[in-house]
Amino acid sequence: MPSLRELERRADRRRLRLRRLAISSAAVVVVFVGLALLVVSSPGWPVVHQTFFSGYHARHSLAGIWSAFWLNVKMFLIAEPLILVLALAIAIARGARSPWLVPLRLVAVAYTDVVRGIPTILLVLLFGFGMPSLQLQGVPNSPFFWATAALVVSYSAYVAEVFRAGIESIHPSQVASAAALGLGRGQTMRFVVVPQAVRRVVPPLLNDFISLQKDTALAATIGVFEAVFYAQDYGNYNFNFTPYVVVAAFFIALTIPLARFTDWLGRRYLERERAGVL
Amino acid sequence: MRSRGSVAALALLLPVAALAACAPSNNSSSSPSASASSCEKSQLPLLNNGTLTIGTDSPAYEPWFSKNDPTNGKGYESAVAYAVAKQLGFSHDEVTWVKVPFNNSYKPGAKNFDFDINQISITPARAKVVDFSDGYYAASQAVIALKGDPAASASSIADLKGLKLGAQTGTTSLTAIRDVIQPDQQPAVFQNTNAAKQALLNHQVDAILADLPTAFYISAVEIPGSTIVGQFQPETGQQEEFGMLFEQGSGLVPCVNQALATLKSNGTLAALEKKWLSDVVNVPTLQ
Repeated sequence: MPSLRELERRADRRRLRLRRLAISSAAVVVVFVGLALLVVSSPGWPVVHQTFFSGYHARHSLAGIWSAFWLNVKMFLIAEPLILVLALAIAIARGARSPWLVPLRLVAVAYTDVVRGIPTILLVLLFGFGMPSLQLQGVPNSPFFWATAALVVSYSAYVAEVFRAGIESIHPSQVASAAALGLGRGQTMRFVVVPQAVRRVVPPLLNDFISLQKDTALAATIGVFEAVFYAQDYGNYNFNFTPYVVVAAFFIALTIPLARFTDWLGRRYLERERAGVL
Repeated sequence: MRSRGSVAALALLLPVAALAACAPSNNSSSSPSASASSCEKSQLPLLNNGTLTIGTDSPAYEPWFSKNDPTNGKGYESAVAYAVAKQLGFSHDEVTWVKVPFNNSYKPGAKNFDFDINQISITPARAKVVDFSDGYYAASQAVIALKGDPAASASSIADLKGLKLGAQTGTTSLTAIRDVIQPDQQPAVFQNTNAAKQALLNHQVDAILADLPTAFYISAVEIPGSTIVGQFQPETGQQEEFGMLFEQGSGLVPCVNQALATLKSNGTLAALEKKWLSDVVNVPTLQ
């Protein structure tokens, strides 16, 4: 049986909890309802409503956006594994220590410097219009192919830097321990350093992955008829911007589950790495 | 404690207050939409008093404009724009041009031009959002292919069905591919005519569609190895026309229409068409 004082304390805590709840609910309502009212009561709202949030145009563009969106999905699903492999190769090449491999290191450094300096849209344009005009035998002609290639080239340079940061963040004691166990340099990288580095950089990797998803829209510049281009085309016919909003919703719907998944993955890695400490 | 609570509340209300502060008042944009009682120059509802502001896209393509410079009065649309301006009482120097990408021409809100002239086809769906002048050119669609390609020997619309066709987004050429030709493969869509031309050169498409004058220019000047396969009217019965684009409710429309009517009846439009848009007699019509 708790003492009277303890009961008072509990009542106090309950009261405070309720008060906090009341304040937070009120704050949420005031801010969001206030913002909504502001938007809806603005003089331009009827026009914006018609132009960006038209139910009719949303319904009519939905099927087209849905089918065009598969192109975006296909593009990043093809590009992402290639990017990861290429980027890791570049990052490891930059870390090569053998004097024989200096040319390789130079190539890797030059590649990341140059490619990161070029806006992705320019790479897409240069690849998409330039490569097919070479008219080389066996060089693919499809804009989809070249847009994907440009994204792979561009993003592998960024992701290589992420991997390199991960590799350099592994404590030297890990390498020393591996050497003590008699592992060679290659084996140390393969079994000790890289696995830990990759786990450590999962969040920035996902960040780049989301960025890649969105940049698939750049393929439109060379005539790949993906979701954003479809929305633009629909808008150009009907003089309405609603499909843009629909496509934005599509991209968000794609990103959020992925973000939650990485959070979970990151937590799991942490728990394993610090088993028993946390 | 108490003071911290009020600070937090204040921080919350700040964005709302800020938004409220920058919420526009209800006096509408500077563009007066009152219809001009007469088409006197001084009475015209203009963006900037004393000057006529005309929009067009960049690049401004031949033969509608010349050398990507709308101010020189060369090219059919530039010439028509200056002829209309003259009818309304503006000298050459009182006309200002602004760059308006096609998909900016129909965005809501105040326009930064009095009218936009950019080979824009008049359609009922578009007329719900913007105002159009009467048509100043009736366009038919033309098919362009590289000489010696199988596409170049097509002699009917049915012959085009099996080809990979392309056109610029938002153009009636693309509508014509989708609705009239209805090809077996998805048409290639391009951001602009230059991208379409490049794709044709790269053999990424078998043929591209454009309105006839544009097609003439492409085949005669821009892509030497190309030829016009043929032309056709996209809509049954309904002749497609280019119109000038205005903000919805613009009071300038009746006056521009009046000017266009004068230019039609006195033969100016026909003369300009003859001057800038090549003769189209020897292009076979695709059935």
